[in-house]
Order: sequence, then C-alpha cells, then structure tokens
Amino acid sequence: MKKNMHPAVTPALRKSPTGIIGLDEITGGGLPTGRPTLVCGSAGCGKTMLAMEFIVRGAVESGEPGVFMMFEENEAELTANVRSLGFDLDRLVKQKMIALDHVHIERSEIEETGEYDLEGLFIRLGYAIDAIGAKRVVLDTVEALFAGLPNHAILRAELRRLFRWLKNRGMTAIITGERGEGNAITRYGLEEYVADCVITLDHRVTEQISTRRLRVLKYRGSAHGTNEYPFLIGERGFSVLPITSLKLDHAAPAERLSTGVARLDEMLGGKGVFRGSSVLVSGAPGTGKSSIGAKFADAACRRGERALLFAYEESSAQILRNMRSIGMDLAPWVKKGLLQIHASRPTLSGLEQHLVAMHDTVRAFRPAVVVVDPISNLTLERSEAEEKPTLMRLIDLLKRQQITALFTSLTTSGSGTSALEDSQVGMSSLMDAWLLLRNVEFNGERNRTLHVLKARGMAHSNQVREFVLSDAGIDLVDVVLSEDRVLTGTARVAQAAHERYATEVRREDHERKLRQLGARRKAIEAQVAALIAAGEAEEAEVKFAIAQEALHEKSTQQNSVALAERRGGAKSVHRPTKGKR
Amino acid sequence: MKKPATFELRLYVAGQSAKSLAAFANLRRICETHLAGQYRIEVIDLLKTPALAAGDQILAVPTLVRRLPEPIKKIIGDLSNEERVLVGLDVQPVTV
Repeated sequence: MKKNMHPAVTPALRKSPTGIIGLDEITGGGLPTGRPTLVCGSAGCGKTMLAMEFIVRGAVESGEPGVFMMFEENEAELTANVRSLGFDLDRLVKQKMIALDHVHIERSEIEETGEYDLEGLFIRLGYAIDAIGAKRVVLDTVEALFAGLPNHAILRAELRRLFRWLKNRGMTAIITGERGEGNAITRYGLEEYVADCVITLDHRVTEQISTRRLRVLKYRGSAHGTNEYPFLIGERGFSVLPITSLKLDHAAPAERLSTGVARLDEMLGGKGVFRGSSVLVSGAPGTGKSSIGAKFADAACRRGERALLFAYEESSAQILRNMRSIGMDLAPWVKKGLLQIHASRPTLSGLEQHLVAMHDTVRAFRPAVVVVDPISNLTLERSEAEEKPTLMRLIDLLKRQQITALFTSLTTSGSGTSALEDSQVGMSSLMDAWLLLRNVEFNGERNRTLHVLKARGMAHSNQVREFVLSDAGIDLVDVVLSEDRVLTGTARVAQAAHERYATEVRREDHERKLRQLGARRKAIEAQVAALIAAGEAEEAEVKFAIAQEALHEKSTQQNSVALAERRGGAKSVHRPTKGKR
Repeated sequence: MKKPATFELRLYVAGQSAKSLAAFANLRRICETHLAGQYRIEVIDLLKTPALAAGDQILAVPTLVRRLPEPIKKIIGDLSNEERVLVGLDVQPVTV
C-alpha cells in the first residue's frame, strides 16, 4: 500500500536545496520536498550539524522557515554550537524564520500506566510549524525517545504515524538517527519508516587520521551519487566534496601561462603551460621543487593574477625568507592580496579533509594559480587506490575552474633513475605536464638537472638542462655532453673551456691546411701557365713553318709560271693552279 | 507525612478522547480515595492551548504532572493501574 502511494505523489520529484556545499550536487538538487529524509551515523559524525545547516540555510537562502526539534541538546547549547560557524540562531528565531523546541524526557521522572499516545509531540510540532509557517522540520535525534519511553510498541506505532503526518503536512524533514550495531542503518530501525531518502555519515580513523564521509544510501525516485564522499565541518559549516568530478568534461583553453622561468617556458614549446592544466614537479630532496613552485606563483602575481600556495613543509614566513635568498620577494604580493600562503601540517587531517579545506579556500579566494608544495606529504602512507580518486577530485576541481595547478612531489629514492619515476606513476597520469628534477653527483659536487618528462598537447624539449639556483634567481643552462655523460656545474664549465680550446686548435689547423692548399694551387697554376706558354710557342713555330712552306710553294709556282711563259703556251698549266687556291 | 503537602496536579489531555476521559476519571477516583482534601487538579487540553505542551515537556497524552510537592513527577497513560499511579505520585495508599 505504501509503495502504491509514491508514483502518484508528483510526476517529477521536487527537491529542496540544502544549501550545503556539495550535498546538493550529489543529490541532484537537494532533499525530496515534502518528504522525510533519514540522516544517520554514529555519535559525533555531524548529523546535528547537517540538520542545522539544512534549517538555517533553508531559512536564509531559500526563505523557508524551519522547525528544529531537538531531543538531546537544548536550545542554548545548540545556539552556542552553531554560532561558531557564523549562524545567529537567536536572530533567526526572533525573525520567526526558525523555531527551536527542546524535547526532554527524563526516564526517572516518568511512570507509565495504561494506554497513551504521543499526541503531545504532534501538538507541539504542529504548533511550532504553524507559528512560523514552517516548510522544513528537523527531528534530532528522535531515537532518544526509545530511552525515555518504556513501551516501544507504542513508540514505534507513533513514530510511523509521525512520519506519515509530516509527509501529509508537506514538510521537508530530516530525521536523524544513531547508527546501529553491525549492518543496521539505525539502532531502532527507523529506516523502516523513513524510506524516501537515506543519508549515512561516517567518521573513520585510518592511520591515526580521521576522515568524515557521507553517502546517499537511498533516494527514492531520483538518481544520486552512490559513492562515499568526504566532507568537512569547517569554518563555513558543512561541506561535502563535490564529485561531478569523475566526468572529464572540463574546457581546455589554449591560452598559455609562463612558468616564471624563461628557459623553462622555452622547453615547454616556447610558451609555458596551458591555463587550467596541472603540472607535476617531482624530485629528490633539495632539487629545487619549492623554488619552481614559488616562482610559478610569483609569475602569476606579476601578471596581476591571484595565486594560492598551500605549503605543507614550511611556514609562510619561512617561505618568504627562503625565496628572498634566490632573489624572489613574495612579500609585496602577499601585502597586495594577490598571494595567499596557507601553511599547515599534513598530519592535521586526512587527505580528504585537506582537500575539502583546499576547496573552501579556493572557492573563497578564486585564484588563477594554485601551488601545492608538496602533494606527496598529503598522500603519505596512503594506498594508491585510496589516494588517486582523491587527487583526481582535487585536480578536477581546479580544472573545472580553469585554475592552473602546480604540484610538487618528493620522490623517495635519492638519485636512482627508474625507481624515481616509478614512484610517481600513479599520480602522473593525472597530470598534464611533468617536470623531473634530479641530482647529478659527479666530479665531487652535486648539481641539479631538469627535464620535461611529459607535456600534453605541446611540442616540448627532450633536453636535459642544468637547473641553477642563485641569488639572481632560477635559471636553466644547457648542459654539456661529453662521452655519453651529462656534465654539470664546474665540470660543465671545465668541459666547455676544454672544448673551446679544442675548437681553437682545430680552427688553427684548418687555416693552416687551407693556406697550404692555396700555395699548392698557386704552384699548379704556375705550371699550367708555363705549359700553356710552351704550347703556344710550339704552335707559333709550326705556323711559321707552314707559312714559310706556303710562301716557298708560291714562289716556286710563280717561278714555274714565269718559266713556262718564257717557254710559251703555258695556259693549261696555269689554270689548275688558280682553281686550287 | 503527618503534615502532608498539597498535591498540585496537572493533567494534560488532547480533546475528549477515550484515553483522556478515562485518565481523568481514574485520577479523580484515586485522588478522592487517597488524597481527599489535599489535591488540586488542573486539566489542560492541548488542542486548545498547544503552547503549554513545551512548558512541562509533554510528549505523551494523557500525562499527569505532579507539580507539587517537588520534585516534578510525570505519569503517562490513562492511569488505569492505581498502584502504579500511587507509586508515581509517591503517595502512601490509604488502607481501608
């Protein structure tokens, strides 16, 4: 019979926004309007806080008055508890947006005899609802009644009636319940009566670090995220980590950002990294990761953009001092409000909590660039299966807002080569660009090298560069290669000098050879000229001989003609001679 | 107990329901039997004055509240069990 009721209620399920960051995203708009929702969890997991925010935000943001009926805390306690989160309950109560009612039953004061019902509770609730025209109701924790009233049969029947009554009155309600033993959702099986929407809260401690998690167990008639989502009760109240994250549908701007190091930009296709991309800078201790991170933030501030630096190793004062030593003064940016440094201990809370805190800060500050230094401290001692989705959420969160992020990561093995890269594999697949810093120990000194391991979507250099930190700042210098070795530091300088010398010698040698060649060419040319001259002389001689002969022949002919004339009748002889000529 | 204090009793009911009427009848009978002349009963119908429910922390109906003598005691139900009502009110039964 109960089941038949639901399809008839409304074709499209209406939802009432809770106003709680993230929860409305998971539930696709909020809790079911006009229906009760069960929120359960163990003691101290934030049930009351969630319920309170639902009422307060409902009143302030959605303009829906709400009744908060509490069975455990009293009005004064509750008011004090939520004042620390910036909610002024007293004012809202005066404005008739919120009604508080503390239901208190002392078992020792109560004697039971004969038939009764809980009409008194209904009357009180109804009276409070009518007094402010409430649309929302919270019963926190109604299970306390089980301790106060001995007759559970009556109580169960009455609770069932109460929830139905709330539904009939169209109240969007939250009923909180204690988590039961074993697999029971609630200790007294409230889920049997409140079946429209069930949210469980959890507070787990792993590796001595506590993490709060929320899960929508059931949401009748609506799609919802079914995962466990970490949440935080922070300065701004309850916030659940938004999760549309696993969608991979963020925009990909083509705009490029400078990393702040000109030579590094050059290595990254000449223009730096894409806006909204995430960059991993990994390396052994002391390879200069933090400096690159700080430079990245500095570059953003220079462009007039806001930068957010999460530091998990150094305090902000220490960062400012240390960066000054490499010629980078971040203090003016902090003063100008362009740079915010959030330093905290990584062990302060779990990764998820840090993440939610980061999310809150990012939302409040709206930076263009976020630097996390180092991300590896947060993921310390976490299994990859656990850490990867969380990191993915963080990266996605930043990507969706087109925030460019730089994560530094401390690698475990010192100067090993492949092990160093292996330790980062899980994280790297989430990153768009990966810079690897390495220590090269050779020739009695240790130098830093940098190379671009990957950079998605851009032509990037495959070269190893020496990474130089000095009071003048960060610079990248071409390394010198010699006999399959990468030379850095003084070895590079020495090798460069050596090579300069060798080049000089070679140049001299070549010049000498050229000179020799020139001389030889000249000698050959002289020889050629002599030969030609000799040839010409010979030719002239031959020509002279020919001419002489011709002359001789001519004179002989003339002589013979003359002789013939003298002898007479020589015409026939004369003619052929003429024709020959 | 020689100089017994006046019992100031308040019975919370919701309308003229069977349970309410039974409770009132039972209460009158018990008081007349055991507290003759020492009691005052005030019946409060929560349907008419719902605002009063919060004051005495009323959940169950009917509820009998012993406001005086202190401390406050509550008895819920239709008061059909005389013995338990007397225990609840901390009244020595008058043996006839």
